[in-house]
Amino acid sequence: MRNKTKLAGAIAVLLSLHLAVFLAQFLAPCDPAEQNRDSPFAPPSRLHLVDVRGRFHLRPFVYRWVESPGDFHQYDEVRDREYPLRFLVRGPQYRFAGMIRSNLHLFGVDAPAQIFLAGADGYGRDQFSRILYGGQLSLAAGLLAAAASLFLGLLVGCISGFYGGWIDESAMRLVELFLVLPWLYLLLAVRSFLPLRLSAAQTFLLLVTVIGTIGWARPARLIRGVVLSARERTYVTASRGFGASDYYILRRHVLPETLAVLLTQAALLIPQYVVAEVTLSFLGLGLSEPAPSWGGLLANLQQYNVLVSYWWMFAPALALVILSLGYLKVANVVHECLQSGSV
Amino acid sequence: MRRWIYLIALSLACCSAQAASSSPQPPQHGEELKITDNPVGRYGGTLALAQRSEPKTLNPVTAADAPSREVIGSLVADLIHINRSTQQTEPALAKSWSLSKDGRVFTVKLRRGTRFSDGQPFDADDVVFSFQAYLDERIHSPQRDLLIVGGKPLQVQKVDQFTVRFALAQPYAAAERIFDNIAMLPRHLLEKSYQASEFSTTWGLTTSPAAIAGLGPFCLKEYVAGQKIVLQRNPYYWKADREKNRLPYLDELVFLFVGNEDAQVIRFQAGETDVISRLSADNYALLSKEAASRGVEMFDLGPSLEYDFLTFNLNDLQARNLENIAAKQVWFQDLRFRQAVSAAIDRDSIVKLVYAGHGSSLWGNVSPSNKFWVDGALPHPPRSLERARELLKSAGFTWRPDGQLVDSHGRPVEFSIVTSTSNAQRMKMATLIQDDLSKLGMNVHVAPLEFRALLDRVFQTYDYEASIMALGGGDADPNPEMNVWLSTGGTHLWHLGESKPASGWEARLDQLMQQQMVELKYKERKRLYDQAQEIIAGNVPCIFLATPDVLVGAKKDLANFKPAILEPTTLWNVEQLYYSPENGARPGAK
Repeated sequence: MRNKTKLAGAIAVLLSLHLAVFLAQFLAPCDPAEQNRDSPFAPPSRLHLVDVRGRFHLRPFVYRWVESPGDFHQYDEVRDREYPLRFLVRGPQYRFAGMIRSNLHLFGVDAPAQIFLAGADGYGRDQFSRILYGGQLSLAAGLLAAAASLFLGLLVGCISGFYGGWIDESAMRLVELFLVLPWLYLLLAVRSFLPLRLSAAQTFLLLVTVIGTIGWARPARLIRGVVLSARERTYVTASRGFGASDYYILRRHVLPETLAVLLTQAALLIPQYVVAEVTLSFLGLGLSEPAPSWGGLLANLQQYNVLVSYWWMFAPALALVILSLGYLKVANVVHECLQSGSV
Repeated sequence: MRRWIYLIALSLACCSAQAASSSPQPPQHGEELKITDNPVGRYGGTLALAQRSEPKTLNPVTAADAPSREVIGSLVADLIHINRSTQQTEPALAKSWSLSKDGRVFTVKLRRGTRFSDGQPFDADDVVFSFQAYLDERIHSPQRDLLIVGGKPLQVQKVDQFTVRFALAQPYAAAERIFDNIAMLPRHLLEKSYQASEFSTTWGLTTSPAAIAGLGPFCLKEYVAGQKIVLQRNPYYWKADREKNRLPYLDELVFLFVGNEDAQVIRFQAGETDVISRLSADNYALLSKEAASRGVEMFDLGPSLEYDFLTFNLNDLQARNLENIAAKQVWFQDLRFRQAVSAAIDRDSIVKLVYAGHGSSLWGNVSPSNKFWVDGALPHPPRSLERARELLKSAGFTWRPDGQLVDSHGRPVEFSIVTSTSNAQRMKMATLIQDDLSKLGMNVHVAPLEFRALLDRVFQTYDYEASIMALGGGDADPNPEMNVWLSTGGTHLWHLGESKPASGWEARLDQLMQQQMVELKYKERKRLYDQAQEIIAGNVPCIFLATPDVLVGAKKDLANFKPAILEPTTLWNVEQLYYSPENGARPGAK
């Protein structure tokens, strides 16, 4: 019972995060590449309800940030005019899902003020918008890579576990090779061989392929273990006696056994692969400027002065933590349920 | 019992001898010291500073990397030195010199009574030996090219024990400046390895201190691999202050190896180092915030001599397999295209966002701080997207309805800018320029590359389209820049390997640079160099962007600290630095 509420909570958080990222174009108040060169490293906007004259406003408002003269990247609020938070505003154009054109945004403020919910980066670009848009790339890469590596792992694991013999031996040696190689260093070397100019789509596919092909080894081994035990079951021997083909046995009897492992692995691998994409982008192997990705956003923290002076640049890390914890919780609960269910 | 007393006395004597070996020797009879005019200081103290990477060698002739040169700079001395503060030459080991009327023979008179740090005397034989090593082709000294005038190396001849004559193949305007940083080496220690052809490998980091001797203010005390190099006072240094106190004041100089700029900043903040230089603007702001409470002072010395620029690949790509780039060169070679790009770039934002205001915009190759040589009449056109569009229109470019720029054949204008991953400032400039040019409808892609891979593409394979790089900073005089502006020069980046000038203006530029090199009068040289600057700024082979300010910091109680724009910015007068607990006011503080 308690598990069910915990699971529901985790799923709710995950779903809202995924939904927010899916609707990034609508939820983000700014275009992620739009530079505001007057506001580099502007802190998050403060939402006020009471103005300088002491009046209470029902609609929260912000003041404009202006750089303090003389001080480096320090900002003061200009309190001469309040900019109320407006909902369903018309803003920068975008294409939703690559097809539907629109310029409707959930919220925004009138020009010339900006609403920086998570501050701005070195070029004055809104971090909140960049986190949402960046999430699209990072989550998509993680999900697709997880799907790819699970598919590959399932394929190899089933075949090698079911048939055994030399197929099994060679497949497992291959798996061990993949587990042992130092992938990070190979990737860094590969980067210098790539052509200078990769389109965004090409880079994305490359990321997914790279992450997916690195990670199929572990699920393959686990699934092989499950298949090995499943093929010895009495009902499998019985169906073989009745003339069932290999394919039938695999589909009808063996695959359902692997469901538990697949689901748990999915819930574990997705956050791992999102972190892998973040790592690759952090090291400069992901999408290039100005396209945002969580790794690229976190790469700003490599500079010491950014690390100590601008705390809002940590925000993508917060998103990553929430994602990972949510998936971990789901994996735990799924594992427990299916374990107790199959016993 | 007596034996013990003798042993104790002996060991005490040895200890004091050890301590005494690094205290300054009193002036000898007949020794011609150079008297400096700095405020008189007091002896004692250790100066520590952090280096971004470890030095590779202590051999002045073969050292090419910056950390090695930084350490070696305090171990050696030259004949004629360029005072980093005034940017003019001054006597060093040479007490006087004269140039013959035809400008080809340079005669130098050495200071008498000078001794190396091991006490051995210095004379003309050491000078001849040193130049022999620098000019030896088998040793491949990076400074050898600087000693070649008119295609022929300097000829060195000993006249007597304290006089040396140098013969130049052609008159050379800045002849005295050639001698700066050419270290005078001890023949008695190095001749053997030179004869045995082992010169390039002598004086490595692990050499014992007794085998290294120089004429600089300090000598090697110890090297701890991976950690630090410690230098101690040269007891025979040939400079003294007004009161005949032999310099340097400091007892020791310590170089710590810390790995990168952020680590340097952290150490300086913690008080573990006393001086920091080559700061980026962000770190400068970070350190300035708490400067007062930490007892340090930060200095902004104004624009440096470096210039950052965007350059397009104008190389001859016939023999190479690079059709894509060759097709784009049709755009790059059009002067109006380059001028349009230059007009569209927001230089103010570059100075503001990349250098945090601690920089200056540039439209030419000479920085505003180079007062002797900058052409004040060069136009500084403000940013104008309209003018850029006009220029592109007149060059035959048009815009599609979606805003994309296309050329006269309908091809969309897109190219990539390569830059080094290890330089955050240039990456930032690339992103800003990408945004600026997108307003003209150009699709620009930023491609960060590892530094060596970048150099390979720019200098060897020519496999790039545009690049952001930086040059300059060596000396204020135009002559070290010859390599960049001569069409046959090795750093003529945008069009390497030219056997003859590719266009009329390049031929004219070659002519002007050659003329100013041999012209002996400053006024006429300035006139020629002004014309050269105008040609460069008008034909934009490189689009100049900005120059960073020189930013340094030091502990407040370090006296006589007068940082300069030329390297080494903080240590050029290391022999005059001393510690005074009274916080003296220093010029140039901000």
